[in-house]
Amino acid sequence: MVAEIGFGSLFISLIVSVYGVIAAIYGVNQHQKKWVSSAQQAMRLVFPLLTVTVGSLLYLLINNNFEVVYVSKVSSLSMPLYLKITALWGGQAGSLLFWSWLLAGFTSAVTLKKWERDQDFLPWVIVVGLGTLAFFLVLNTFFENPFVRYWQVNQDIVQSFTQPAGGFIIGPQNGAGLNPLLRHPGMVIHPPMQYLGFVAFIVPYAYAMASLITGRSDDRWIQLSRRWTLWAWLFLSLGLILGARWAYDVLGWGGYWGWDPVEISALMPWLSGTAFLHAVLIQEKRGMFKQWPIVLIILTYLLVIFGTFLTRSGLLSSVHSFAASAIGPIFLAFIALTFIASFWLLSSRWDKFKSRQELTSFFSKEALILVSIILLMGMLVTSFWGVIFPNISELVTGAKVTVGPPFYERVAAPILGGMLLIMVICPLAVWSYVSFKHLGKLLWKPFAVSLLGIVLPLVGGLTKVPAVIAFWLIAFVLAVNGFEFVRRTRLRRKTESESMVNAITRVFQRNKRSYAAMIIHIGIVFMGLGIIGIEFFQTETQATLAEGQELELAPYTMEYEALEIFDAPDARNVARAVVLVKKDGEVIDEIYPRRDFYYDSSQPVTIPGVRSTLLDDFYVILVDWKAVTSEGATFKVYHNPLVQWLWIGAWVIIGGVVIATWPDKKTSKVVSNSARPK
Amino acid sequence: MIQKSKRTHWWVIALVLLISLIPFSAFAQGSGPTDDDVNEVARQLYCPVCENIPLDTCGTTACEQWRGIIRDKLAEGWTTDEIKTYFVNQYGDRVLAEPPMRGFNWVVYLVPVVIFVGGGFLFYRGFQQWRSPDQNRKDRKKEKVKSKPSKPSENDISRVEKELRKRSQG
Repeated sequence: MVAEIGFGSLFISLIVSVYGVIAAIYGVNQHQKKWVSSAQQAMRLVFPLLTVTVGSLLYLLINNNFEVVYVSKVSSLSMPLYLKITALWGGQAGSLLFWSWLLAGFTSAVTLKKWERDQDFLPWVIVVGLGTLAFFLVLNTFFENPFVRYWQVNQDIVQSFTQPAGGFIIGPQNGAGLNPLLRHPGMVIHPPMQYLGFVAFIVPYAYAMASLITGRSDDRWIQLSRRWTLWAWLFLSLGLILGARWAYDVLGWGGYWGWDPVEISALMPWLSGTAFLHAVLIQEKRGMFKQWPIVLIILTYLLVIFGTFLTRSGLLSSVHSFAASAIGPIFLAFIALTFIASFWLLSSRWDKFKSRQELTSFFSKEALILVSIILLMGMLVTSFWGVIFPNISELVTGAKVTVGPPFYERVAAPILGGMLLIMVICPLAVWSYVSFKHLGKLLWKPFAVSLLGIVLPLVGGLTKVPAVIAFWLIAFVLAVNGFEFVRRTRLRRKTESESMVNAITRVFQRNKRSYAAMIIHIGIVFMGLGIIGIEFFQTETQATLAEGQELELAPYTMEYEALEIFDAPDARNVARAVVLVKKDGEVIDEIYPRRDFYYDSSQPVTIPGVRSTLLDDFYVILVDWKAVTSEGATFKVYHNPLVQWLWIGAWVIIGGVVIATWPDKKTSKVVSNSARPK
Repeated sequence: MIQKSKRTHWWVIALVLLISLIPFSAFAQGSGPTDDDVNEVARQLYCPVCENIPLDTCGTTACEQWRGIIRDKLAEGWTTDEIKTYFVNQYGDRVLAEPPMRGFNWVVYLVPVVIFVGGGFLFYRGFQQWRSPDQNRKDRKKEKVKSKPSKPSENDISRVEKELRKRSQG
């Protein structure tokens, strides 16, 4: 019964979405507001409807209804409640439903805004939002139905949602359980964040399309979508960072980013989304390059769909498995359709969106931002090319090749360097025009301080030139931002005769967006520090030790102290080693690398024991393909310098985005005044 | 005589000890490659079965066997490149972290280069075109100013004189 309710609600959501699209178009064509209002109501309705669907699936998961195929594949009796909830997005059908539900939430939220000023946008925002939603609901309804059940028909077991003739429901006693690799707090939160980022970018895309269709070439669509864009960017960033943290904690290879195609498919919309955020700034501040944000948001939307397509279609494993996948070709058709429609629309409005394109200086803010956009796009195209090349190679030569980390790193390293260099100059550059002489005056002091970034590593014995350059750039960015903040505060104190605290507060309040951006960039620099640490200075060793034996990896030594093997309540066997961490002969910590063996899926997972400080991580894993006993266990040990800064940087970025999106007192007052009936 | 036999005895013991060391060192050489040596090679290869997983971290039985092969080859004195070639011959180019630079694979390396060079060129050209009207006006003025002092050539002078004569005659 619950499955019927869930599917019924899903099907009605699909019908309502399709109706909304048709009603909105009809309303515009016939100039009848009531049809557009009806479409708006439809857009509001899909969220509660899909909430019923999601609620039904959750009910089935929590109550172990293994007659439902999806439940039997991703859940089991022994799983705790939070993992059963996580199982909602632990498989193909559930994750697509979850995607649709989040999108419905966002599109419903969009309709709640006051549309008086933007009546002409409304129908087209509905068309794009509900059109995209309808596509995903078609997938869920006809191809990846999460409510399909097992039926016994004579001697055969059949999978079907509706009852086959002579069939009765049958289900296994227990499910296979969630993939053990996904049973990690990072993985519990990572997909929702990733999906939130994906679907939130659909809102600015919808506004951009509305702007193109209506021919309104002013900044309104950008103003309307600004907060959505920032939140989308934050969620996507969080999704990537949590994914990296999960890889670091669970995959057991001592790293956080493996340039895996799935990772890259999540990175690509982030790259274009970041470029979009910056392009928007130029349009807002200078009214220039109005076509760029539209091109970039179209790309972001397409990459969101493409990323979902890559991970869902089977194309990543092989072009042949793509052909065998039911949803692969449909995804491809949808991408092709939206690509053609979006760019046809853009080309038809190209002249209308032409704007002043005057660059007066290589060092003006807009020129520097343009360079950063080009760098981001270069990384994007390289990433895209690297992901699809194995398939192209397979099609052309018949042989598949691997495009692994060295290919991407060769491009990513100079781009990261270039971005850091821009981050050095950009805070000091001004819009429109700045001379090199003027810039030099502002730069020399931070430059002098940044030389510490060269001297200190050299004194510390660092000989790797790229690493020294990277440290210098990071020091330069931090010094420039620090000096600039102090300069502005001093100026404020001088002109307003305020106390230091007041001056800092006022400077910050007056330039909230600018300082939020500064904080976000400092967060990225911190992350850069973590990346440099692990990329340039990671060391590792592996050995089999008996209890009491030691293994050295400078500057630490580990001692295999003891082994505990026990069964945990959630149907896993745990082999937990007690490892002493020593430095200079002194025991400084005790860590517990372990190997969990999940009985229901017969799969081991290695969880590292990590001693973390701001300077480095000492990361020990029990190698999962070797026997673990007190007589001998194989340990793989990594020394990861500075990696903690990667996670610290992520928190700083979150703080920056929260500040950037925090409602302004002044703005809310103005809005409330203007909304008041006269 | 007794002393001589004693000396011989010590020589024999020393020889026996020396000989006993030979198989020992050979054994040590046989078990030579450490886990780190194996991982150093394995991380440059990708699991032919699992997607995008380097051989040093892959936990499948097949990969464990392949790491065993690497250990054996290292013990036999093979170099890293020889071992990589062996795996390529066995399982194809996909075991390498990057496509080898030959034939169609060149495309994968050339495209990013073309993009960056092309992107840089387009930006430069765009920058030239996008300079402000003021700047362009200044540039045009400069060109005019530059063209002023240039002296007419002898040919030009004779051509103008010829033309003037013609008109005055006409």
